[in-house]
Amino acid sequence: MSLAELMIAVMWAGLTAYVLLGGADFGGGFWDLLAGGTRKGAEQRDLINHSIGPVWEANHVWLIFVIVLCWTGFPEVFAAVSSTMYIPLTLVALGIIARGAAFAFRKASTELGHRRVYGFAFALSSVLTPFFLGTVAGGIASGRTPAGIAAGDLVGSWINPTSALGGVLAVAVAAYLAAVFLCADARREGADALAETFRRKALGTAAVTGVVALGGIAVLHADAPRLYSGLVGKGLPLILVSVLGGVASLALLLRRRYLPSRVAAAVAVAALLWGWAVAQYPLVLLPDTTIEEAAAQPAVLRVGLVVTLVGAVLLLPSLWWMFSLFQREQPHTPGRGASASE
Amino acid sequence: MRAGAVPRAVRDPMTGSSAAELLAEAASPADLVAARIQMALSLGWHIVIACFGVGMPAITVFAEWRGNRTGDEVYRLLAQRWAKAMGVLFAVGAVSGTILSFEMGVLWPGMMDTYGQVIGLPFTLEGFAFFIEAIFLGIYLYAWDRLSPRVHVLTGIPVCVAGVASAFFVVTANAWMNQPRGFDLENGRVVQVEPWAAMFNPAAWPQTVHMIIAAFMVAGFGMAAVYAAALLRGSRERYHRLGFLIPFTVGAVLTPVQIGVGDWAAKFLAENQPIKLAAIEGVYETARNVPLHIGGVYQQGELRYALEIPNGLSLLAHWNPNGRILGLAEAAAENRPPVNIVHWSFQMMVAIGFGLLLLGIWCGLVWWRRRSFPRNRVFLALATAAGFAAPLALEFGWITTEVGRQPWIVWGRMRTAEAVTPVPGLYGGLLAVAVVYLVMTVATIYVLRRLARAPLAPQEHDEEHA
Repeated sequence: MSLAELMIAVMWAGLTAYVLLGGADFGGGFWDLLAGGTRKGAEQRDLINHSIGPVWEANHVWLIFVIVLCWTGFPEVFAAVSSTMYIPLTLVALGIIARGAAFAFRKASTELGHRRVYGFAFALSSVLTPFFLGTVAGGIASGRTPAGIAAGDLVGSWINPTSALGGVLAVAVAAYLAAVFLCADARREGADALAETFRRKALGTAAVTGVVALGGIAVLHADAPRLYSGLVGKGLPLILVSVLGGVASLALLLRRRYLPSRVAAAVAVAALLWGWAVAQYPLVLLPDTTIEEAAAQPAVLRVGLVVTLVGAVLLLPSLWWMFSLFQREQPHTPGRGASASE
Repeated sequence: MRAGAVPRAVRDPMTGSSAAELLAEAASPADLVAARIQMALSLGWHIVIACFGVGMPAITVFAEWRGNRTGDEVYRLLAQRWAKAMGVLFAVGAVSGTILSFEMGVLWPGMMDTYGQVIGLPFTLEGFAFFIEAIFLGIYLYAWDRLSPRVHVLTGIPVCVAGVASAFFVVTANAWMNQPRGFDLENGRVVQVEPWAAMFNPAAWPQTVHMIIAAFMVAGFGMAAVYAAALLRGSRERYHRLGFLIPFTVGAVLTPVQIGVGDWAAKFLAENQPIKLAAIEGVYETARNVPLHIGGVYQQGELRYALEIPNGLSLLAHWNPNGRILGLAEAAAENRPPVNIVHWSFQMMVAIGFGLLLLGIWCGLVWWRRRSFPRNRVFLALATAAGFAAPLALEFGWITTEVGRQPWIVWGRMRTAEAVTPVPGLYGGLLAVAVVYLVMTVATIYVLRRLARAPLAPQEHDEEHA
């Protein structure tokens, strides 16, 4: 494996973490949006708040990590994508602001009216942000962001069939992951009825996501033939793993085995992402920019990888501690969401 | 380092060269202006919030630690209040910081295309620092009742360290834009990149130290102002007195240090970026025995209506009344920054700095004689104003360094106009960003005010709500 390949693999691992963790946080916003009226949805919203509150900022950093590795390791890819995708990326940026700020404001507010406004802003931006990120992914995957500054079509690069598929799939995946993750959270909190609610939602979105993903193959066949041939060619084993993961998570949900179902759902989503990467290999931007051509100087890649390795030694135990701290039952629970800091 | 090794692509920042480049150019002059305003707005906003992210955790953890040691509930209460505000500030800081990383590419792809790899290292390091900060802040804010008091205080320490580290890493990248090092250019592409040399460029130390101290000053004076205002309204609570005293002490102690560091940073400019210093001081002709100008308007190569201190600038820059100061005339006209805005921003920053110094000295003298801080209305009103003045000084300093580098985005190597995206209609994006930031500003201030004014715990009598 060359330095450039190693770098892009690390980037892709970061992206996978972002999609699984940050994606589930966006999915929490999706379910917040659909939770219903203030009183009816209160229980669901509490659970969502409680689950994503301590971790969303750390999960969000994965995105920054991926962006920074991209401009460090593949500066011309970063410049090409971010200039051609000016419009959707500006919308993503605004969505990120609205989501994070509104979530924090809602937590710090007491008046019902304000909480509703912030809650709506949080929930709506939680749906729009992954959607626009998905359109960017679709544009890249279908070869609409060629190398060069603003070399692609400013509008057509993200308004097209593959981008639409990418946007819908991103929202569906986020909702699916969130619902699966929340089942186990609800049960841990002793809220079995709530766990049932999210189980139903998880089953529903699993089916929808599966249909979108499979139906998407037809879209790709027509709109992104090179991606299609890659996915049914060298990417096929990973696509099959993804399908198996999805089916397994469904089966586990049916049997109410929530923790293993989380793992299966994560495998399904991760395999899809890596399937795309393998399908496109060795190109980083279609039609003909290869990973090696677009890569930074070897010295930059070497230092970047070493720093990432050293950073990971600090990061991974910290992450593990954070998740284990909040993923276990509270020692003396004074009621959900009513910790001393609140 | 190797500046000048590849003459074709390297241009002398003093004499400059043609602006005709193959790189990106704005769709229209208005688009370049829009991009610059958008960047200034989002960066100018983030920098204030980020200062609280850097300075506030240490002050909060200190209060919590004192509370644990002494069993004094007021300290613990302060720590819990500050932690809540920190939760809000960190969230808006995190998202407003993310936008900047988008804007680097969305607005300035020309710079990132060529130089992204050169400045990638400090940003990668910053990414990890931000990770550690976010993880431990999540634990610190949400795990008060899941951890023992001792362990809880300890979880605050990585937040403090990572906050300072983040500021350090990010500012080294900005310092690199002033003193680009660690690469060669070959046919417009960077070669021979040395990431560590780029990161530890000559401007890195003066700039990072100046910025990190500024962050603690903004956080200290800003937090103290909340309690100064409450005392001004007549509160005599110990809660408000301590809430004032702890952060104000941080700000006041650091102010003289900051003035010294500022002097170091200015001397650095005299040696390494003389055109920026010339713009700061409005000096046109290169000369010795240059006076220091206070105030004044720069018109046609001359600073008019200014108060002159003979030999002042030569003395400050070189410790020598005979010291030689390079003037703006050394640079070709198209390579000079706009003088008035740089000159006035700098003057305002320095004026506020000395104002804060006097306020700190006042407080220190009274404390020395009476073991308590001044409680008269004038002092408290000024201390409240200091909470706004400190971030204002920060902004003025930021404008000085950023506008003083113009017309370059990478000093002497790439013009801002070459870095900007050629995408048209950037003012549309600017408008959207401006609206979102306006709403976020109003909401942040509103939420923080509500947090500050919420009634204290029942055993505490709060006069505001009496």
